[in-house]
Amino acid sequence: MPAKEKLIEIKDLQITFGAGRKKFVAVDHVNFDIYKGETFSLVGESGSGKTTIGRAITRINPVSSGEILFKGQRISGKISKELDREVIKKCQMIFQDPMASLNERAKVDYIVSEGLYNFHLYKDEDDRKRKVEAALREVGLLPEFASRFPHEFSGGQRQRIGIARALIMEPEFVVADEPISALDVSIRAQVLNLLNRLRKSRGLTYLFIAHDLSVVRFISDRIAVIHKGRIVELAEAEELFLHPLHPYTKALLSAVPIPDPELEKKKKLLVYDPSVHDYSKDGPVWDEILPEHYVYGNQRELDQYRREIQQTQA
Amino acid sequence: MERTPLLSAKDIEIEFTLRGKVLKAIRRCSLDIYEGETMAIVGESGSGKSVFTKSFLGMLDANGRITGGSITYDGVDISQYKTEKEWMTIRGKKIAMVMQDPMTSLNPLKKIGKQIQESIELNQGIHGEQAKKMAVEMLEKVGIPDAARRANQYPHEFSGGMRQRVVIAIAAACRPQILICDEPTTALDVTIQAQILDLIRNLQRELNMTVIYITHDLGVVANVADRVAVMYAGQIVEYGTVNEIFYDAWHPYTWALLSSLPQLGIKGEELPTIEGTPPNLFNEVKGDAFAPRNKQALDVDFEEEPPFFAVSETHKAKTWYLDPRSPKIEQPQSIRRLREKMERERK
Repeated sequence: MPAKEKLIEIKDLQITFGAGRKKFVAVDHVNFDIYKGETFSLVGESGSGKTTIGRAITRINPVSSGEILFKGQRISGKISKELDREVIKKCQMIFQDPMASLNERAKVDYIVSEGLYNFHLYKDEDDRKRKVEAALREVGLLPEFASRFPHEFSGGQRQRIGIARALIMEPEFVVADEPISALDVSIRAQVLNLLNRLRKSRGLTYLFIAHDLSVVRFISDRIAVIHKGRIVELAEAEELFLHPLHPYTKALLSAVPIPDPELEKKKKLLVYDPSVHDYSKDGPVWDEILPEHYVYGNQRELDQYRREIQQTQA
Repeated sequence: MERTPLLSAKDIEIEFTLRGKVLKAIRRCSLDIYEGETMAIVGESGSGKSVFTKSFLGMLDANGRITGGSITYDGVDISQYKTEKEWMTIRGKKIAMVMQDPMTSLNPLKKIGKQIQESIELNQGIHGEQAKKMAVEMLEKVGIPDAARRANQYPHEFSGGMRQRVVIAIAAACRPQILICDEPTTALDVTIQAQILDLIRNLQRELNMTVIYITHDLGVVANVADRVAVMYAGQIVEYGTVNEIFYDAWHPYTWALLSSLPQLGIKGEELPTIEGTPPNLFNEVKGDAFAPRNKQALDVDFEEEPPFFAVSETHKAKTWYLDPRSPKIEQPQSIRRLREKMERERK
């Protein structure tokens, strides 16, 4: 198997808000890589710092320490103006709430081409129009929609406009921040299909941020579970569902609603209690417990996880 | 066995007047609610599930009105109620509602304890210190730690999940017979969602309530419901026990809803989706409202509205597929696959 190309590398990333007594550590020593062409998911409850990581990659939030590499180049902290512009073009973001993330007073035409205006990525007016039309078609909207305002569209259509706006910049990497949480069930499937199709046709790489593990299992290649700013477990999607090790992952999995009444009514809800970890003597480490399956814990816990794996395999 | 329903809505029609035009939001919708059960109403946004249940409480917007049918509760047709005074004998006391968004359904200027106390004073006629004590007890009951102190705080000091608990406390403090939960967990995290569902279930048992859930999340439905009603374009198109709906659905819309779930998708394959949009309810709907979006629709679907056909004693579906004269139609593969997959996983 050829070595996978790393598109994004995150090294010892720390992000804090405020200073002094009010300092709050939102992201705490996070390490992971995102390979080219994959969908990497970050899963955790609200306030766990998953969005903050996504925003740090797109250079919206500043990084306190550690670094982020994009194609081997550092893109965090102070960088040259050219690189900054490059990153803004190549790393795009799709936002959670399509009702709030579009400018109510602008026409779709302007919303979609705002990035083109900013970087002057078009030859003339005709070229720009063509690009907007192509982007709208690609996300399954009609080119006529360009002259309308956002309030004329349904939630699913608005999310498509948000996707078109990201696509027109021809990004390589897209941060999708809960792109379907605010949508209706019947539309969720359509948007998921669209994202998957675009990944194939354009060779995109996604960072998919979500709190709902059931959706994540369908769409992602690898999943990282984040709790209070720390990644506690990282594995391939199926592996994580088959052998969840960290108690927080287990709690999260137990909370996922299953659309099967028999299973769902038998299900036992696990609640994660962080006080089960005794890190006073034996400090926790980030360890590869199985190939490509990482978990955060101290030696005693890691031993216990290994026993669990043996039991399930036996 | 013949049970008398606690609440019986019959052929309800609801219209809204919007910019001079008439929108038929609910088109002859009937539903029976039995005592002690948990009923879930499922459907996409705009299908009328909220409007339908709001009519049980007289909470329709000013431009909406019930134009036909009856809602029998306690031997009285409450759909004939006109004044607020009449509705106040039902609303809160007998039927209470938990709204979707805990961020906007509390008064930000009033202390939490006071807001619960208000509902106790208004609906149970207990006042002053005693009502205050009951409010604190209610807070404890919904699982808020350190209730006495928390009762003196304002809504902004509570997290989303905690606020939803408070909203539930306010609704349950009136000791209603029926509790309507309108998307109680959509705005919440999965972990919190599971806790809130547990809480509602425990309260239901303790206070002997009948619960109606309104939701579009079929996972939630599988968790809580005894019976399910599927709504589309202002009508109930299929209802039955939760197992009948999940394992043996017959209406094409229910099929589409179930098979578009990402949980059941196969990685690398496209998820089945529902093409098109729901019908415009400003216009008259002819035939089966779902027919234009249904690839397997029969000719008769476009002409005549199907009646309810019984699949079993408790399970009915409004589709021509079940008419003995219709060509034999099999349940789609995804539904069968769902059943097989679930049977495998159950082992």
